[in-house]
Amino acid sequence: MLDQADSYVTEDGRTIGGVVMEMKNITLRFGGVVAIKDISFDIREGEIRAIIGPNGAGKSSMLNVISGFYVPQEGEVLFHGKKRPQMRPYEVARQGIARTFQNIALFDGMSVLDNVMTGRLNYMTTNLFQQAFWKGRAEREENENREVVEKIIDFLEIQAIRKTPVSRLPYGLKKRVELARALAAEPKLLLLDEPMAGMNVEEKEDMSRFILDVNDEFGTTIALIEHDMGVVMDLSDRVVVMDYGKKIGDGTPDEVRNNQDVIDAYLGVSHD
Amino acid sequence: MPDQLIFAMEVTLNGLMAGVLYALVALGFVLIYKASGIFNYAQGVMALFAAMTLVGIMQGQVPFSHMINAVFGSHVTHFGWTVPSLVAILLTVAVMVVLAWLVQVLVMKHLVGQEPIILFMATIGLAYFLEGVADLMWGSDIKTLDVGLPQGINLWIDEVTFNIFGYGFFIDNLDIVATVIAALLVTGLVLFSQYTKQGRAMRAVADDHQAALSVGISLNFIWVLVWSVAGFVALVAGIMWGTKSGVQFSLSLIALKALPVLMLGGFTSIPGAIVGGLIIGVGEKLFEFLIGPMVGGATENWFAYVLALIFLVFRPQGLFGEKIIERV
Repeated sequence: MLDQADSYVTEDGRTIGGVVMEMKNITLRFGGVVAIKDISFDIREGEIRAIIGPNGAGKSSMLNVISGFYVPQEGEVLFHGKKRPQMRPYEVARQGIARTFQNIALFDGMSVLDNVMTGRLNYMTTNLFQQAFWKGRAEREENENREVVEKIIDFLEIQAIRKTPVSRLPYGLKKRVELARALAAEPKLLLLDEPMAGMNVEEKEDMSRFILDVNDEFGTTIALIEHDMGVVMDLSDRVVVMDYGKKIGDGTPDEVRNNQDVIDAYLGVSHD
Repeated sequence: MPDQLIFAMEVTLNGLMAGVLYALVALGFVLIYKASGIFNYAQGVMALFAAMTLVGIMQGQVPFSHMINAVFGSHVTHFGWTVPSLVAILLTVAVMVVLAWLVQVLVMKHLVGQEPIILFMATIGLAYFLEGVADLMWGSDIKTLDVGLPQGINLWIDEVTFNIFGYGFFIDNLDIVATVIAALLVTGLVLFSQYTKQGRAMRAVADDHQAALSVGISLNFIWVLVWSVAGFVALVAGIMWGTKSGVQFSLSLIALKALPVLMLGGFTSIPGAIVGGLIIGVGEKLFEFLIGPMVGGATENWFAYVLALIFLVFRPQGLFGEKIIERV
């Protein structure tokens, strides 16, 4: 087992750093239903960490705990080694944790560009009066942020639809715009909730490529959820497997693939 | 030119100006509805409250003086000073911001995610409570409001039209000022929502709460901001209507004038509120002028609603409202 502070180099030459985020004995209940039961795992800097499991395993709940949308009844969340106090989702976002949603959540009334620009809101420090009366500074700030956004738009190859209202885009592109918005925040940790759900094979391949490129190019730490095991195994450095709210496996794709509990969960063995 | 046509022109002009005032009230509804999905029944009362606060501050009234006197047996009513109108307006804006914050923290915050009808009920409660508070704070007597806006016939228009048509139009200076201020207000609001950080955040919240949270926008802050802006719009409407017809309970009923405007313009569109206001204003004045005499007058009370109903039947989403498409 690796030490928390250890860093190592992967086969393809990327450096994986120490632990960024640690979940410690997380338990989450909704009334009598236990969605997450005493789960612990960590996410290291620069890695692609997957959380997989069958439908209803509690994966999305886990992501919502990390992003602050759900508050667990028990357990601790450690960010950069420090215990995170109870926070609202927007405070978590301001700490540098960006996310996408399983059922795309874009700002339908805005263009692609405006949507991605909202990812920069927390980098804009001028106040209302400066924006109204001190044109120079506000304009400079807008331009700086605009540059970052344009870079991301180029990177994700959505230049052609920059000015299009997002409501007119097909599903696959919407997902990409959502990724762009999350990236625009230059997150320390990027959470992707089923980035490939509902996509055709070609779109899935595109999305996989973008996820790998983002991680490679910007060194972004990524945690993603998928129920499609095949996609995940090719993408991720380490995988957590959940089933019925419990953790049944944790390790490299190879380790997980050969884990008997995981095989049972996916192939279906009677639970007794 | 036939007399009838010249009169109709004058009526149309007056209708347009009345329409601007309707639009001003409707605007307050649209702002809150867009950002939070709440139909704010209290918008009219907010205008009344703002106007009463403004008068109270200007005249140096002691707030809650009746209550204070009843409890302590004292006889204070006024501080004995008057406040210049500009300062009083700024102070009133501050009061409206505090009110927005209180509404959010004490009521709306706890109702996030509830059914729209529940939120609507909450604003009804708020409306009557606020009305009571306004009476308690400033007394229920009819007050006159004079912040120094010009009033009375505009002589220049009178003269110009007299020279052209041989008949001078009666256009009230106050209506002209109201039009200019409304135009400035709308321009300001559009610039604010399109080009500022807070405006962008406001539009984001209007579109999707979850997504807004995920990019680090505090919903609470935005809602306080929206209620503050709506409070400011209410103040402007309160000043205009209050100057025109005195500050009294009936001021809160201007909200009823805004309803047909909203039905016409849609609940989610700022341009809709303006165009809707103008159509209602012109429509009801022209109808009263042309048809009114045939049916014995007093059509202004109901015509706007008939017009709005007809619109509603054919375009339920309003003129510029977002189209409702249900996928099956």
